[in-house]
Amino acid sequence: MADKEYNPKIVGFLCNWCSYAGADLAGSSKLKMPPAISSIRVMCSSRVDPVLIVTAFLRGADGVLVAGCHPGDCHYEKGNYYARRRFALLRKVMETLDLEPERFRLSWISASEGPRFKEVVTEFTEHIKGLGPNPVKEKTSL
Amino acid sequence: MAKFLELDKGTEAGIRELLGQSLRNGQVKAVFALRRTTNGAVNYSLITDPQMMEEAVPLFPSMPSNAGQLLSRLTLKGPVEGPVAVVVRPCELRALVELVKREQGSLEGFLFISFTCPGVYPLKASANGEIEGKQTQYWEAVKSGKVVPEIRPTCRACEHFIPYNADITISLVGNKDVDKRCILFLNTAKGAELVKGVGGKLSEGELETAELHAHREERLAEKKSLYDQGQLSGLGMDGLIEIFSRCIGCRGCRSACPICYCNLCTFDSFDYEYEPSTYEEELKKRGGVRIPPNTIFYHLGRLTHVGISCVGCGSCTDVCPVDIPLSAIFLQVGEAVQKIFDYIPGKDVEEDVPLATFEEVELTEIEE
Ligand code: SF4
Ligand code: SF4
Repeated sequence: MADKEYNPKIVGFLCNWCSYAGADLAGSSKLKMPPAISSIRVMCSSRVDPVLIVTAFLRGADGVLVAGCHPGDCHYEKGNYYARRRFALLRKVMETLDLEPERFRLSWISASEGPRFKEVVTEFTEHIKGLGPNPVKEKTSL
Repeated sequence: MAKFLELDKGTEAGIRELLGQSLRNGQVKAVFALRRTTNGAVNYSLITDPQMMEEAVPLFPSMPSNAGQLLSRLTLKGPVEGPVAVVVRPCELRALVELVKREQGSLEGFLFISFTCPGVYPLKASANGEIEGKQTQYWEAVKSGKVVPEIRPTCRACEHFIPYNADITISLVGNKDVDKRCILFLNTAKGAELVKGVGGKLSEGELETAELHAHREERLAEKKSLYDQGQLSGLGMDGLIEIFSRCIGCRGCRSACPICYCNLCTFDSFDYEYEPSTYEEELKKRGGVRIPPNTIFYHLGRLTHVGISCVGCGSCTDVCPVDIPLSAIFLQVGEAVQKIFDYIPGKDVEEDVPLATFEEVELTEIEE
């Protein structure tokens, strides 16, 4: 079945200090997870301007994951608190215009949470599979 | 109860006289207000010559540019050496406050005079002199407390028509004697000081009368119908593409927007120009791309950047050469994001822009 073949493309913005290290740990622990994520390492989740996420969606990403340190654990102390507000805003913009906000996910994953990284990626991939490919991919008049 | 001064003359004449006198006796160094220049155009000006106050038309129902943008520019390199009396609309004052919060200007040295705002006509009406012919109809509607016909759609839908942060509030909406009596609410000591010596009668009363509340209800109803017309819910990417299909990418909306203050806009950045390989890739995916690319990107980007502070002034719609109802979209999306943080842009200069602050425990619903 074509459906079974569908491997979503998910762009993951991972914070250098926590989630990227968490991803690394998941990898070096050889945890099995779907190969859906293209990781982009950023120094902090607050470094991700909503505009970057909009770019990913418009260029055809099926899902976008932003992952950073748990609140209170930011390497720069407060970055993820600001990030959380920014993404709440982006979500709301997408919601108001009916732009499938459910294709966006924000998760906190620490450097020691390899298993959680695996879980998040597996879950999110399943979720995106359920939604199907991002229809924006086919638009020719953006 | 609030203090107000009543002058025995038409409202605009009263303001002109008050400001002329304040210039003459040195109480203010300059006045910033709309002025009719010799060729008939109406623009904002700084005036120091009391004689020139004759040309001032502070209540003229047009907004050549959002004065918040102009006052920010005026004070970008340092505050004015005041006092400078400024007559602007509530949304212009709000825009200035938003810019000051972003360190794009200063409120220092200004004395703010604003009014219960009946709204402005679209700029296109000022381009061909139509506004002159509409003045009677405008002021009749103002007196009756009704929403003025044919004004900017966002003005009709504006619920923030009572100014925040004004030293003096002029009563316009619902003032039956607007052409005979000038009523000035004195909100601050600065405001009260300015009117000393102009005569008139001091009394106490409420600015927010039952009529004004009824007027607000009317505007809220207008807002609802504006939103209903806009039909953003269920819009989706296809709807968005349709709305912006006629955008010519002139960036006029951005230049007119008081909140868009960056000198170098990220959407003009070389970084967003496609590489030849990007075109190849996109074409492979889609079989065709709009040139130039990034129209939807630009508008979504601007929504995420300015939505939180959009004051709904309507300047963007007004300058759009292809009549895209931008401000209706910005107003509605803006209001939705502002609501998350319980934020009214431009209301309180001490309150941080929500994206520049945070609570440690909040918004847990957006994390998974
Ligand atoms: S986005 Fe449009 S309505 Fe909002 S502040 Fe800017 S110009 Fe005014
Ligand atoms: S003013 Fe109108 S045409 Fe120009 S960039 Fe804005 S939406 Fe597009």
